[in-house]
Parts: sequence; C-alpha cells; structure tokens
Amino acid sequence: MKTCLVVDDSSVVRKIARRILEGLDFAVTEAEDGSKALEICRQRLPDAVLLDWNMPVMDGFEFMGHMRRLPGGDRPKVVFCTTENNVAHIAQALSGGANEYIMKPFDKDIIADKFAEVGLIPVGQAFA
Amino acid sequence: MTPPEYEYLRKFLRDHSGLDLSADKQYLIESRLLPLACKAGLSGIGELVQKLQGAGSGALVTSAVEAMTTNETFFFRDKVPFDHFRDTIMPEVLKARAGRKSVRIWCAAGSTGQEPYSLAMCLKEMGAMLGGWRVEIIATDLSQEVLEKSKAGIYSQFEVQRGLPIQMLMKYFKQTGETWQINPELRAMVQHRQLNLLHDFSQLGTFDIIFCRNVLIYFDQETKINIFNRLARQIEPDGFLVLGAAETVVGLTDAFRPVAERRGLYKPNDARAPAARPALSGAAPRMAAIAGL
Repeated sequence: MKTCLVVDDSSVVRKIARRILEGLDFAVTEAEDGSKALEICRQRLPDAVLLDWNMPVMDGFEFMGHMRRLPGGDRPKVVFCTTENNVAHIAQALSGGANEYIMKPFDKDIIADKFAEVGLIPVGQAFA
Repeated sequence: MTPPEYEYLRKFLRDHSGLDLSADKQYLIESRLLPLACKAGLSGIGELVQKLQGAGSGALVTSAVEAMTTNETFFFRDKVPFDHFRDTIMPEVLKARAGRKSVRIWCAAGSTGQEPYSLAMCLKEMGAMLGGWRVEIIATDLSQEVLEKSKAGIYSQFEVQRGLPIQMLMKYFKQTGETWQINPELRAMVQHRQLNLLHDFSQLGTFDIIFCRNVLIYFDQETKINIFNRLARQIEPDGFLVLGAAETVVGLTDAFRPVAERRGLYKPNDARAPAARPALSGAAPRMAAIAGL
C-alpha cells in the first residue's frame, strides 16, 4: 500500500484529505506543520506528500527543501495544496521541487487527477 | 421525448436552476438526462418526467438539475486519446501529409473548449516538428453558449485543475483574478462553428482527424449508424476517428474499423472508400472554400 503524508495546520482539511486519500488506497499519516512532517520523513519517507504552504513553526516550502535533501528525499511526489493560488507561488513551488500543485478549495476529483498526473495512481482510477 | 415532456422539463429547469432552454434543446436534455434515467433504472425520459412529478423525488430532482448544469468535460479527458494523438496519429499524419504540410482536425463535440485546446497544447508541445505546417482545429457544438465560452477560453480555478498538468497551466494560461485564460496563440488555433450532428455537415470539408467523443452514446442505433456513415464521407481515406472510451463502431457500421491495440481509435475502411466518398476528388477546393469562411 502506498503512503501519503498530509501536512496541513487545519485538522478539518487533514480529515477531508485523509478520507479522499484512503478512498484512493493510500495509508495516510498526518502532520500539523512542516517541522513535525520533517520528523516523520526522517523516520520513513512516504510515497506522496500533500502539502499546505502557510503553517506555523515551519511552512510547506521550507519543509520541502529539507525533505528533498534527506537521503532518498528526491523520491516522494510532493503535491502542494494551498490557498496560495498565484503564478509566483506556483512557479516557486515547481522550481523548489514540487511535482504538482492544487489550489484550494479541492475535491476528490482534483486530488485523483493530480495524483494520476504524477503517477501515484493509475489514470483509470482517477476517472472511476 | 414528447412535446409536453419537453415543456415540463423546460419549466422544471427554469424553476430549479434558472437554466432557460430555448424550444429546440431536446438534444441537450436527452444527452444529459438519458444517462441519469438509465442510472436510476428508468426506461427513458418519459418515466423520468413521471418520477420528477411524483412526491419524494428530492434526490432525483437534484441529480437532474446537476446533470443539466454541470459541465462534464475537462482537459485531456481520459488521457489515452491524447497519447494516441501524440504517439500514433500525428507521427503518421506528419509522414502522410509531408507534401502539402497541412492537417485538419475536427472536434465534433467541442463543448466548452477543453478538448480542442488540449489538442492545441499537444501540437504546441510537438514544437519544431510542425514548423511551416498549416494546422486547423474546427470545434463544433450544438450549443452557441458553450461555443462562446470555448471561444473566450476562460476557465475557473476548478476547471483548470481537472486533467491539466500544472506545468501546462503555467505555460499556456494567463491568470486574471480567480480565472485563467488560455493564451491568444492557442485560441487562434481553434475555429468555432455551431453544428447539430443530426444535420448535414458536409460543408465542413474533409478532415485528417475527427474527435467525436462521448456524444454518440446518447443517440439511438439508427442515428448513430447514420452519423458514422456521414463522418466516413468527411474523413480522408488514411485519416483517424477517435471515439469515447465507452463507444465503438463495431456491430454498427463497416465504414470504420478499430485500430489494433489503440482503444477508441478507428480508421475508415479501405473497401468502402471509393464508393462512399465520391466527393473526395473535390476535397481540395472545398477546403479552400472553408478556409475563406
């Protein structure tokens, strides 16, 4: 089973994301900020990270930089999921190593599409 | 659908969604509500109307309104047809048309533009290979409103996140507030025409590639056969027809044959070609006429 780490300071968003991702057959772990997410990644890297940008302690962009420098840290697919919906932020995320980018609000279809886009789930599953 | 049923549905949609259908949108209603009726285990539009009129139809009312107002199309829908387009269709067309360096593509259910613009993006990604080529994408749809939206090429944040890789969004769209508009260069690649597939479409000329996805499923068998046979007259003998994932010509017509191991991809049948396409020799002048429209 593939693993996905959901990083968001809103417990409601984490809960919604968890439900969607479990529906897509992911084993989900949660973190409420970048620092806690990094701790989890140091133990074991997930296959995917669904990543908020603005969070207390350590934001999503900074977390991604640290995670990418861990041994094997280039492997997880990072999908930003944030209210930052402008070109400047998207460009920054992509050049910083993000694989995909979701502008909130999101739903199951968007997550499935984006996860299929980066090869985390088969294309057919996104359209099922 | 009987006229009273249609009138009922018109009023129903006006009351429930503000959607104001003109007197000739039977096709639109059928294309959206027949699948819903099937899913609900009903025999057709007639029975659906009866159910909607009955008490306790709340969930069905909501589904019917959503089916009529939700836009089901998205960028690179189903992915596979666009892989075929890039990996199978275009390489063959580039070779076959190397002499005249032109390719004509018809999106027969162009809707709000996601399909024709997805093709335009695929072509842009091919870059220098198409240098000096004349590429025409004709998008047709029954609904003028839908075509206007396609022409404008403006999409909500929700729409640009369905099927469109983020890199493509960054490359081919411009953000304006909460919406995203496809670049003028890509918009210029697509021409729009209002068209009912039930009517004669020979005036569109001959095409190398026809995308006709997820529209014929809503017609009865006889109509489907009629449309397939007329499509065969508008396609070059070595052209390609692309159907939706759940559609096929098999058992309906011998005008097209499936391409092996390419789901949804069809070629006109050689055997039929000479008899079925007497107008083919006139294809070139007809094309010129279309270009001048």
